[in-house]
Amino acid sequence: MSASGMERWSIAEITRRIAAGEVTAAQITEDALARIEKIDGELDAFLAVDAAGARSAAAGVDLLRTAGVALGPLAGVPIALKDMIVTKGVATTAGSKILEGWIPPYDATVVDRLKAAGAVILGKVNCDEFGMGSSTERSAYKPTKNPWDATRVPGGSSGGSSAAVAAALCTASLGTDTGGSIRQPAAFCGVVGIKPTYGRVSRWGIVAFASSLDQVGPLARSVADAAAVLQVIAGHDAHDSTSLVKDVPDFAAAITGDVKGLRVGLPKEYFAGELDAEVRASLDATIAALKDGGAELVEVSLPHTELALPAYYIVAPAEASSNLARYDGIRYGTRAEASDLLELYMKTRGAGFGPEVKRRIMLGTYALRSGYYDAYYKKAQQIRALIKRDFDEAFAKTDVLLTPTTPTPAFEFGAKSNPLEMYLGDIFTLACNLAGLPGMSVPCGFTAGGLPIGAQLLGKPLDEAVLFRTGAVIESAAALGDRRPALGGAA
Amino acid sequence: MTELAELLELWEPVIGLEVHVQLATRSKAFSPAGVVFGAPPNSLVDPTVLGLPGSLPVFNQAALALALKLGVATGSQIRAKSRFARKHYFYPDQPKNYQISQYDEPLCENGHLDVIIGGAVKRIKLTRIHLEEDAGKLTHVGAMSHVDLNRSGVPLVEVVSAPELTSSEEAAEFMRSLHRLVRWLEISEADMEKGQLRCDANVSVRLRGEDRLGTRTELKNINSFRFVQNAIDHEIARQLRLIDGGGRVERETRLWDADAGQSAPMRSKEEANDYRYFPDPDLPVLVVDGPTMGGILRAQPELPAARFQRYQEDIGLSADDARTMIGERALAEYFDATCKAHGMLKSGRTIANWILTELLGALNKAGKGIAESPMPPERLAALVRLVEDGTISGKIGKEVFEEAFAKGEEPGAIVERRGVQQISDEATLAAVVEEVVAASPKQTAEYQGGKDSLFGYFVGQVMKKTQGRANPVITTDLLKKRLGR
Amino acid sequence: MPALTRKEVEEIALLARLHLGEDELARMETELGAILEHFSSIAAVSTEGVAPMTHAVPIECPLRSDDVVTWTDAEQGLAGAPKREGDLIVVPAVIGGGE
Repeated sequence: MSASGMERWSIAEITRRIAAGEVTAAQITEDALARIEKIDGELDAFLAVDAAGARSAAAGVDLLRTAGVALGPLAGVPIALKDMIVTKGVATTAGSKILEGWIPPYDATVVDRLKAAGAVILGKVNCDEFGMGSSTERSAYKPTKNPWDATRVPGGSSGGSSAAVAAALCTASLGTDTGGSIRQPAAFCGVVGIKPTYGRVSRWGIVAFASSLDQVGPLARSVADAAAVLQVIAGHDAHDSTSLVKDVPDFAAAITGDVKGLRVGLPKEYFAGELDAEVRASLDATIAALKDGGAELVEVSLPHTELALPAYYIVAPAEASSNLARYDGIRYGTRAEASDLLELYMKTRGAGFGPEVKRRIMLGTYALRSGYYDAYYKKAQQIRALIKRDFDEAFAKTDVLLTPTTPTPAFEFGAKSNPLEMYLGDIFTLACNLAGLPGMSVPCGFTAGGLPIGAQLLGKPLDEAVLFRTGAVIESAAALGDRRPALGGAA
Repeated sequence: MTELAELLELWEPVIGLEVHVQLATRSKAFSPAGVVFGAPPNSLVDPTVLGLPGSLPVFNQAALALALKLGVATGSQIRAKSRFARKHYFYPDQPKNYQISQYDEPLCENGHLDVIIGGAVKRIKLTRIHLEEDAGKLTHVGAMSHVDLNRSGVPLVEVVSAPELTSSEEAAEFMRSLHRLVRWLEISEADMEKGQLRCDANVSVRLRGEDRLGTRTELKNINSFRFVQNAIDHEIARQLRLIDGGGRVERETRLWDADAGQSAPMRSKEEANDYRYFPDPDLPVLVVDGPTMGGILRAQPELPAARFQRYQEDIGLSADDARTMIGERALAEYFDATCKAHGMLKSGRTIANWILTELLGALNKAGKGIAESPMPPERLAALVRLVEDGTISGKIGKEVFEEAFAKGEEPGAIVERRGVQQISDEATLAAVVEEVVAASPKQTAEYQGGKDSLFGYFVGQVMKKTQGRANPVITTDLLKKRLGR
Repeated sequence: MPALTRKEVEEIALLARLHLGEDELARMETELGAILEHFSSIAAVSTEGVAPMTHAVPIECPLRSDDVVTWTDAEQGLAGAPKREGDLIVVPAVIGGGE
């Protein structure tokens, strides 16, 4: 097992080798399953491993190859899914006790598309309950550890997705991002993570947290792999009324290795204040590399940046309080014993939701109450428009924005017990969701202590391509490809 | 206790209605699950109907088109951009624990419904018409309730009237007019027994001459025309007696129990309702464009209230006949087509009589609707003309009608075949009269002796000899002349 | 913006149908209070004439043609209900309430 190092093969390599008959999808799948078996005990990334489903998908790929049928773009590629993504026949909990035991009767659109592309879905990975959290500590089941340092969080809410990719338990994973939940864990685990433009990827079958902010996106060990996965899952879906009817460009073609003439904006608000010194140094090196590559660096201002946090923490909980109303123990999930209906609702939800989810439901319910709506929800949506306007102005003179993904590298378990403190860690990632923009976190360095650092790229709506183009240059300049977390007793 | 009638001289009831109309779509409002009445429980579901995690709504184009038809027919202002909102309350018939509805940006506003009251049309303002989804059905079985979500997600419009109705009769007529209109436009089957048209009423009373509205109660669950009237009458009486006894009307929601013939306050909830409306983030703004509106405007038929007025004013029908004639769009259209085929404007009342008595009677006997009439309007028009121009008598006309109805034949052909053309030739008839008189010396003597009642005998004899074809007017004339009285 | 009272916390919990224990109620009172306090900055922001941004990307509501698709997995869809009787989902009795 793993002697071949196949667990770190890129998507291009896997698909090429399978097509050439050098390896079978079954072999790759068995290798991945064995690795999960061996290593996941250290990480707790997986909530459910669907070995049977994975083997059957791999066998399907191998059968097609033998029959000479053209293979899909992700044929034989082992992929893990955040547990916010609904999978037919495979338990989906969203990291919550309230959905414990629920076996979905349908697949999310992204799952359909991955399957159609030949991907091998290994199982479901951990997350903060309903995506609410930045550490996976809010998972009702278990915290996932950061592969680079088991005393630290992998980030969240897609912490299982980032840890599994970083530890090479899968080639790529899908996460969901409502306020940074793909990019922040990607930064903490040293992988690439993309939140596409709102509407680029279908939300059908994605457990809703905040509907106007949620997007699904890939996490992968390289920009090219992330592009390959997004290529498959992006595109219009008639099941989602907010899905954009827009052609998906060839993302691989965007990776030119060159940023000559590219106008890279540096929003000054993101570099002020309490930025970790090592993060800052790493960003400075990234900026220098882009400059060396011929990019034009432009300082821009996003004056409403500091309002993103309150706006987000009103809009997201408000929508969440509504989206989570359906969890009542009547049609699915767990139900508390109760003698009347009110008691059934109160007890089921009181026992089924964890403290962070309850806090957000409370916050959201507060903000939507009649008489408070204008002061909170409406006001927050107006601020959102101001934030969007800031970006429009910045993009009038730049092609892409570069910021740190997080103010600090991965923190230790329990370090942020105060909810507000946890929220403040999201300040760099929230505005992207509020404005509906595409955003990427790409590894750009390591701290002296060996923790990954991520650079965030933000693009104009629908311009994921510029993220891939810029990200690939940052990736190759940082040249971190050989660094591996010490896992499974191996160095 | 003061008599109710006396109280009503002092106090004026004010009623506003909120009517839910099920839109006649094949599939649900926000997902492709089917809409079928009486299907096995929970068979018309899909992830969206069940409110499964990750499911999303996609709006039904037909539901929009039907709602727009109603908006246009009620002269409403249609919003080019309206919005869906979520209305939150926990209830087991509502899978998401919120209802997709419309709140501050509804599809239609400031329309009106022309309500037929007696012989006149009263225009009642409609505050709004908005789109929403229906809830499922709960059946109470002992200590448990059973949830069937087949109805959940069925598209509805809620039609909200201004508080402009002043009696239970007006409220019932409002319901009838709305029922007629939505059926007319094929917006809804509006079968009240199937819950396709449901009504809540806001009832208050105020001193006559007062502008301000009194405290209102909301009556729920009044789902037949009769219940509307009974429930509102009952509520008006309850409020007046309360006030008369020195009490005050409380703002509350009351549930009408048709079996008991009374209402009771709904079990008070543990909290005041706070629906926490906000724009549904899953559904972008609903846009109605010019071409869509143009298409609906062009396709709009003449509406029942307009026809009701035209039938009275232009054709001279009585209010009762006009109301019957607009009972169903197909009937009104049959009437109009018959008039058109006939071509003579003044015959409208005659045509109406033929339709309302002969045709409806025959259809009723045959168990058929007007749309299935074996007698097309052109044939009825031809028959009416045959009677009018004296080709056949009215009595023969009815026989010809029956045959035409039964066999689907042209009236003219029947008349030809049966040779039942009316005899209007005076000389021919005079000869027959002469024969009859000659053969009845006794009757002639008695009649001439003053026994007036015998006149019918002579007419009968003439008819007998002519197989009923004698023109009765001319026959009567000739007989009177011949018999000398 | 107003500070959060214990009574308000209880009202909101009821509205949200969340049973909260004594300790949870107390914690919510302080935590939510602190969060709302922190967010009070938004009140001072001038947003006059700014249209609320309800969707991240401005699009129109798409319309689905009125075609029926029968879901073949309805049985599986209902299978997750904790309490059923035949095809019906069972809940403790409710009288009144709702809409």
